[in-house]
Amino acid sequence: MNKILKNFIWLAIAIIGAGAVGGIALNRGESINAMWFVTAAFCVYAIAYRFYSAWIATKVLLVDETRATPAERLNNGRDYVPTNRWIVFGHHFAAIAGPGPLIGPTLAAQFGYLPGTLWILIGAVLGGAVQDMVTLFLSTRRNGRSLGQMARDELGPIGGIAALIGTLAIMIILIAVLGLVVVNAMKHSPWATSTVAATIPIAVIVGLYMRNIRPGNVLEASLLGVVLLLLAVAAGGWIDHQPGLRTLFDHDGLPLVIGVIVYGFAAAILPVWLLLAPRDYLSTFMKLGTIMLLAVAIIIMQPEVKMPAVTQFIDGSGPIFGGALFPFVFITVACGAISGFHALISSGTTPKLLANERDIRMIGYGSMLLESFVAIMAMIAATVLDPGVFFAINSPAGVVGRDAATAVATINSWGYAVTVEQMENLARQMGETTLFARTGGAPSLAVGMASIFSSAFGQSMLSFWYHFAIMFEAVFILTTLDAGTRVGRFMLQDILGNFSRKLGETSWYPSVIFSSALVVAGWGYFLYIGVIDPNGGVNILWPLFGIANQMLAAIALCVGTAILVKSGRLKYAWVTGLPLLWLVVVTTTAAWQKIFSPDVRIGFYAAANDMAARLAAGTLTPEQARVAPQLIFNQQLDAWLTMFFIAVLWIVILDMLRVSYRHLAGKPVPNVSETPYEASRLGKV
Amino acid sequence: MKLMHWWHVCRDFVRRLSGDDAYERYLEHYEAMHATTLNPPPKLSRKEFFSYWQETKWDGVNRCC
Repeated sequence: MNKILKNFIWLAIAIIGAGAVGGIALNRGESINAMWFVTAAFCVYAIAYRFYSAWIATKVLLVDETRATPAERLNNGRDYVPTNRWIVFGHHFAAIAGPGPLIGPTLAAQFGYLPGTLWILIGAVLGGAVQDMVTLFLSTRRNGRSLGQMARDELGPIGGIAALIGTLAIMIILIAVLGLVVVNAMKHSPWATSTVAATIPIAVIVGLYMRNIRPGNVLEASLLGVVLLLLAVAAGGWIDHQPGLRTLFDHDGLPLVIGVIVYGFAAAILPVWLLLAPRDYLSTFMKLGTIMLLAVAIIIMQPEVKMPAVTQFIDGSGPIFGGALFPFVFITVACGAISGFHALISSGTTPKLLANERDIRMIGYGSMLLESFVAIMAMIAATVLDPGVFFAINSPAGVVGRDAATAVATINSWGYAVTVEQMENLARQMGETTLFARTGGAPSLAVGMASIFSSAFGQSMLSFWYHFAIMFEAVFILTTLDAGTRVGRFMLQDILGNFSRKLGETSWYPSVIFSSALVVAGWGYFLYIGVIDPNGGVNILWPLFGIANQMLAAIALCVGTAILVKSGRLKYAWVTGLPLLWLVVVTTTAAWQKIFSPDVRIGFYAAANDMAARLAAGTLTPEQARVAPQLIFNQQLDAWLTMFFIAVLWIVILDMLRVSYRHLAGKPVPNVSETPYEASRLGKV
Repeated sequence: MKLMHWWHVCRDFVRRLSGDDAYERYLEHYEAMHATTLNPPPKLSRKEFFSYWQETKWDGVNRCC
């Protein structure tokens, strides 16, 4: 009886889910309620978790509850500690969920709500969550080894080097694009700039408190920090109304870029306790709190999604970034669907905390589903805006025109209603002078979140909520920025250590400064170019980041597939092989188009040649002509970088195929490097 | 009574998740592993332990995009 009831409930979930997905897909009305998205997501996740992840755990990975985990065997009370699974889940989710799932879906909304939403749901359950779970499992069976080490052990030295260099490159691009998003949000916005600037001294106060005043009282210190952050948002509004003070924080893109670069360098070389660690606490609290608040607000308020299901921009003519639905929606939404970066977390700290292998399913697969839900909420927040407003905020000036009237006319010509007064009104309500051309996703998401929050928790505070959302995004973008610079520095020192022992020492100050400066110069360059580019820079950097991130995911899936084949589970190799195949098709097509497309909005070379021709013909304005040589060089550099990513990807794939073929042909391959079985003696933790 | 119980569960969860109780756990680990052994490693003070703990915690990839 019980079993029949259970089957009946799962059948009902399946039917409701199918109905919700169908409703989203087939709706062609004026608007559709956001609850359809929430329902569809919950049902899809529930079914996938209950059936697919359970099947992978028992049949494909052969998860063994009786086997001792590295945390149990190597327990040292520091990094290897058997930990309650809810705690590990919290740590793991806080580590994987960054600004990516908020930005990607917002940009992808230019195709309409449908393509991004379907990819977030399908990509997560068949791709992203599988990658995270398989990598977590493999690393757990190998004492918590990193992805790069596993690639070296299982594929050979070439795969290992490719993974290491690929990771460093993606880090640089990621930081540049995130920096650009923050700069675009702060440009000529004294409120946003002063609030973001205030987060730095607040982090320092929290750091000093935690270290000297009340050592180790993390909660107390974080609480103090959160209160100060909220005060900073309110104070920013006050500063904005002081004519003398507001000019201090009213800047063009370029000075802000310099500020971000100086900050990044300082954060990388200062001791972690002073800036990086306390900022990370604040950002984690803000992140988890705001995500919960957003979920509650969406459920209370049940907003209407006004974006059409599919827009005309699926043909590749979109204003935010050029390129057709296939393949570009699949690289624009990386985090939230499948993100290679997660493989670094799943093969880093998390496997050293697992108390039992059975937790792998909940932590690996489950956390990714939650991140996917964050992406769905970001999609809702972006699409509850009027489409005209969405495009006005997100289209760069180079595409729609510099002044408000031209921009509005261009957007109207696409068939999306918006007026200059409407935009001015909105900007005034949000406490900004203008919202035009704030490309990058953060401001439109902030407007969306502000309207959701204010209608759920009080209409009068619209401008407060807007700047709260900006602060919230900036705080954890800057956390990724400084943590990423630091990790990039370690990786670089690791590589440099092969040439000079001294340079490889992570505590030798000259090397610390030298390698930090190199990493900061790397992302600082792309950030600088992004700001001087009249098309906003995001249109170049975000696809580059997407390609790099999917490349890393493909490397992780290659390692997984090779291990499945080598351990005699060829018939299940499609579990990782299928998402791998899809990623290879998507990334290679996207890279091909970014390099060779004759369309100047897609192809790097086409854009470089077009600008060179216009520069030679003298048809550029003096202002454009001044930056043209740098932009031409940058487009060519980006083309080379894309080729490099794709070369790394194919090297790893061919290596994986070589190893798999040799194994199947009975020839020697590197052994499966699993640690031997040891029975678990651990009780419940 | 039940309410108090849930309050404690929540509080312990948040303390554990944030690392607020890291020093207490270190002491437990120290008592269990080292207290009775010959030549135990020196027991760290709260402040020493915390600086060391923070240093190791941020030594690797722990934040994502």
